Amino acid sequence: MRLDKTELALVGLAVVLMLAGTLAAPGWLIFLITVALAKALVVQGVVMQMKAGLVSFGQGLFYCVGGYAVGMGGQFLGLNAGLVLLALGVIAAVVLAMVLGLLLTRYREIFFAMLSLAFSMILYGVLVKSQELGSTDGFNVKAWTLLGRTIEGGEQATHTVFILTVLTAATVAFILHRFYRSAMGMTCEAIRENEVRVEFLGLSPRWINYANYVAAAAVSALGGGLTALATGHVDPDMAYWTTSGEFVFIALLGGTGSVFAPFLAAIVFALVRTYAIEFLPNAWQMILGFTLLGIVVFLPKGLWSLFTRRAVAPVPSSSPTNARTGGVRA
Amino acid sequence: MTPILETRKLNKSFGAVTAAKDLNVKIGKGEIVGVIGANGAGKTTFINMVTGYLPPTSGEILMDGRPILGLAPRAITRSGLARSFQVAQLFPELTVLDNLVIALAAAESPHPSFLKPLHTKARVAKAEEILGEFKVGAYRDARVTAVPQGSRKLIDIAMAMIGNPKMLLLDEPTSGVSVDEKGDLMDTVMAAVHHHGLTVLFVEHDMDVVRRYVSRILAFYSGEIIADGPPDAVLADARVRELVTGHSDHKGAEQKGADHKSAEHAAAQQGSSVA
Repeated sequence: MRLDKTELALVGLAVVLMLAGTLAAPGWLIFLITVALAKALVVQGVVMQMKAGLVSFGQGLFYCVGGYAVGMGGQFLGLNAGLVLLALGVIAAVVLAMVLGLLLTRYREIFFAMLSLAFSMILYGVLVKSQELGSTDGFNVKAWTLLGRTIEGGEQATHTVFILTVLTAATVAFILHRFYRSAMGMTCEAIRENEVRVEFLGLSPRWINYANYVAAAAVSALGGGLTALATGHVDPDMAYWTTSGEFVFIALLGGTGSVFAPFLAAIVFALVRTYAIEFLPNAWQMILGFTLLGIVVFLPKGLWSLFTRRAVAPVPSSSPTNARTGGVRA
Repeated sequence: MTPILETRKLNKSFGAVTAAKDLNVKIGKGEIVGVIGANGAGKTTFINMVTGYLPPTSGEILMDGRPILGLAPRAITRSGLARSFQVAQLFPELTVLDNLVIALAAAESPHPSFLKPLHTKARVAKAEEILGEFKVGAYRDARVTAVPQGSRKLIDIAMAMIGNPKMLLLDEPTSGVSVDEKGDLMDTVMAAVHHHGLTVLFVEHDMDVVRRYVSRILAFYSGEIIADGPPDAVLADARVRELVTGHSDHKGAEQKGADHKSAEHAAAQQGSSVA
């Protein structure tokens, strides 16, 4: 298997992060990056849909499903293997997305955005009414194991979840990088550009969006599951609309130019928020607002556009049609 | 011999406006058919119905003798009936090469691969060959938004031809292209058509273009076909001269034609953005 520059960079960055996290970084920073990377996986799900021209304002639904599946697997099913719990979250999200996707992929633009938000809020409503699941307080995730080792909290747990999250994030990013260059990934972009043409090429935009929606749900559920393992707690706020809004915020902050963008944006977002709360506890939301404003105005393609300049070939001056007049009848 | 495309008593109404009335058309293999008619005569409505974009009010549509009425446009495309559009339908923010390669992958399978790269050597080579055939190779790496209108039309037609269709429907291939460039554009398209042995039906307003390339003309007026036959015969037909080509100054006919612009407008209102 030949690796391109992005894939090599992913492998390298994952190794550097794991080494730095294990050897040098303080515990609070490791935790911050762990949660940021986990949330970035949810953002990857948002970006997958943005590439197809759809903005999900309800990705918190799958974040929450992934998190609660980890919590409930330990609490009610007696499962304690971390990888099994994560897989349980992915399966639950995929099954749910396969059902909801049948309806959601019929819609576009604001209707898709609001419907996805609605389903997320329905789950929130169900969870806050469920006494068995701790209502608005949620519940703690039980001790879990990784490759036979029990992870019960403290520094060991922080480092273990950090390594697990970095490995998962790198693997998902690797797969997504290949996905974006595949026929399926490029067809998603084509749907965003011109759905009519895709249909008249003999493809079904709706079923391609459906497959993309389900895949995005799986990726986002992984983020929810990792967050549950990292924080040791799940609560209904994971499905609340402000949480979904945060994922869209991070997606805009990073842009859709690279699989690195959501990770970069999630870490920047976490740092800005942490320091804004530290130094301006009464105005941290305003700081975040100005940050997004600055990005939209000065970097409309997100933070990642700082690192890339898309090369566009110059238009030749001679052609079968008149380039000077654009070939358009005066 | 079974015609490639056949319509039987095809009707389309938009409320009180009739856009197509009892259209009975048979197109045989290898024919190059021109469709003429004033704006609002029902030409694009006919193409939209045949390609599944617009459901007819009544009637039948057969492709190689098999009914295709009710099929989705993608299924009709896969059955061998491809089309281009009045306004080129491309992926504007992608490069010309990307557009072609996506079309090539779509032609290979209706289920795009999740992980295999889109830009394989074979697809890129084939796309370059097609760009050369349509004389737009100079725009290979340019975004579609940077490509002139005439070349966009050629790319649109090239994408329609990629799936090796049996029949090609071209909706005003020279619209929006300057008079000087029409000949070059049509020469390029028809060379490709002959090279691939396609059956073609194309809508055109320029009678010189029609006369030069087609073996048969369908003349539309008010949603009806008023003449069908060899170009010389149809263009000499008194009703066609009066109602379509405008070689008569009958005011009544002009007024009637203007009334039927409302049919085109109604079609557009029903979501016919490609019309």
